[in-house]
Amino acid sequence: MKRRVLNKCLVVSIALFSLLAFQSFASSAAHAQQELLVSAAASLTNAFTDVGKQFEAANPGVKVTFNFGASGALLQQIDKGAPVDVFASADQKTMDQAKERNLILAETRKDFVSNGLVLIVPSDSKLAIKGVKDLAQTQVTRIALGNPESVPVGRYTQEVLTKAGLWEPLKPKFILAETVRQALDYVGRGEVDAGFVFATDAAVAKEKVRVAAVAEGHQPIRYPVVVIAGTKKKDLSQRFMDFLLGSQGQSILARYGFGKP
Amino acid sequence: MIETGTALTPLLLTLKVALLATLFSFLAGVFFSRLLSRFSFPGKEWLDAVLTLPLVLPPTVLGYYLIVLLGRKGWLGQFLWESFGISLMFTWQGAVVASAVVSFPLVFKSARASFEAVDHNLEKAARTLGSSELGVFLRVSLPLAWRGILAGAMLAFARAMGEFGATLMIAGNLPGKTQTLSLAVYDAVQAGKDSLATTLVLITSIVCVLVLVSSGKILKSSYIKEVDR
Repeated sequence: MKRRVLNKCLVVSIALFSLLAFQSFASSAAHAQQELLVSAAASLTNAFTDVGKQFEAANPGVKVTFNFGASGALLQQIDKGAPVDVFASADQKTMDQAKERNLILAETRKDFVSNGLVLIVPSDSKLAIKGVKDLAQTQVTRIALGNPESVPVGRYTQEVLTKAGLWEPLKPKFILAETVRQALDYVGRGEVDAGFVFATDAAVAKEKVRVAAVAEGHQPIRYPVVVIAGTKKKDLSQRFMDFLLGSQGQSILARYGFGKP
Repeated sequence: MIETGTALTPLLLTLKVALLATLFSFLAGVFFSRLLSRFSFPGKEWLDAVLTLPLVLPPTVLGYYLIVLLGRKGWLGQFLWESFGISLMFTWQGAVVASAVVSFPLVFKSARASFEAVDHNLEKAARTLGSSELGVFLRVSLPLAWRGILAGAMLAFARAMGEFGATLMIAGNLPGKTQTLSLAVYDAVQAGKDSLATTLVLITSIVCVLVLVSSGKILKSSYIKEVDR
């Protein structure tokens, strides 16, 4: 009796699996969709998701897939052969490295937005943090920042703190994040006392974090976007870049707090 | 070579974290497996399912649970932070907690199976001969179930050594503090330091092979002793 029930279960699950497998095959065959893979800096997550939707609406039959992460990590993926079509990084250094390794079509490179660096604290923070210098207080025990090895926001932070003569003394307090959004999350959860993120990131988590100061003394933050050399969809990639730099794309980006390039 | 130096710190940290995590999951695993194999109570199989959950849940889910539980604003974490100023987040102790939780079911499952495979007549005989419950456990059940438990502990150690997801979420990735081998490999690859990544990967592989071979030997020799007896 039990055996019969078990057999039935087996038959049903096999049928379900084959149905699923068939369906996924059928759907990929039916819509000969053009898919565009865009690797973009983590700070672009919200804005680009929106841009992607609008771009798809304007270009029927096109599907934009995003791969968000730290710019440095995205570069490594591309270097190892990830089938990426368009790459947007949060700093020039990452893009320069991509150029050195001949990964990009350099003539397509354009800056498309600018951003600012801010020092944030949890919104219920009781510490008196009003500027970078205040991080030296003993009550401040943990500071979140992007890992300068691969995360652009960490590089800008390093620049600011080095100029202020605080990079070495503050080192024991550093909590290195894998992406700018992780640093934001650490501050938002109150796990750290302060953190450095882009102005646009702080705006995404307004209820959880408060901007304590605008960090100064770093190079201007401009985001470059480029078509990847290995792409098989050069025209579509270029069209996406034009959309990004055009009025529609720019107005979406402005809505998320990004500045003009 | 600079690389050996930068690889040594994560290696030692990994061994420390994995050993302590195995110790905790061993103790908890033996306790709960004995509890479930010896006694029957309502909801027993539900408890078993909950205790096995870390084996099937993605480490990121566990990491999230641990953050919610142990973070400065978490249920337990807030209490620890406000009463004692202790926070497990971003500490190697936090990494131990993550690894222990992840590796616990491996000890628990094999220990429960081993305890249940023990001939209950032997335990009953010990009881009729006047042995206390603790005596039965220590002198009859545990020695008979020992091999299975040890095998589970070895697996738990291997799993703890490779822990990544939950550890990254609760302990972060702080070089010299919480950066274990698996995190160091991830970090090196992200930063494009391929030679460092290669060194770390080789070290990890060698250590894992050594652990497997030596654990195999330990299990075998204890088995032979048992047969000889």
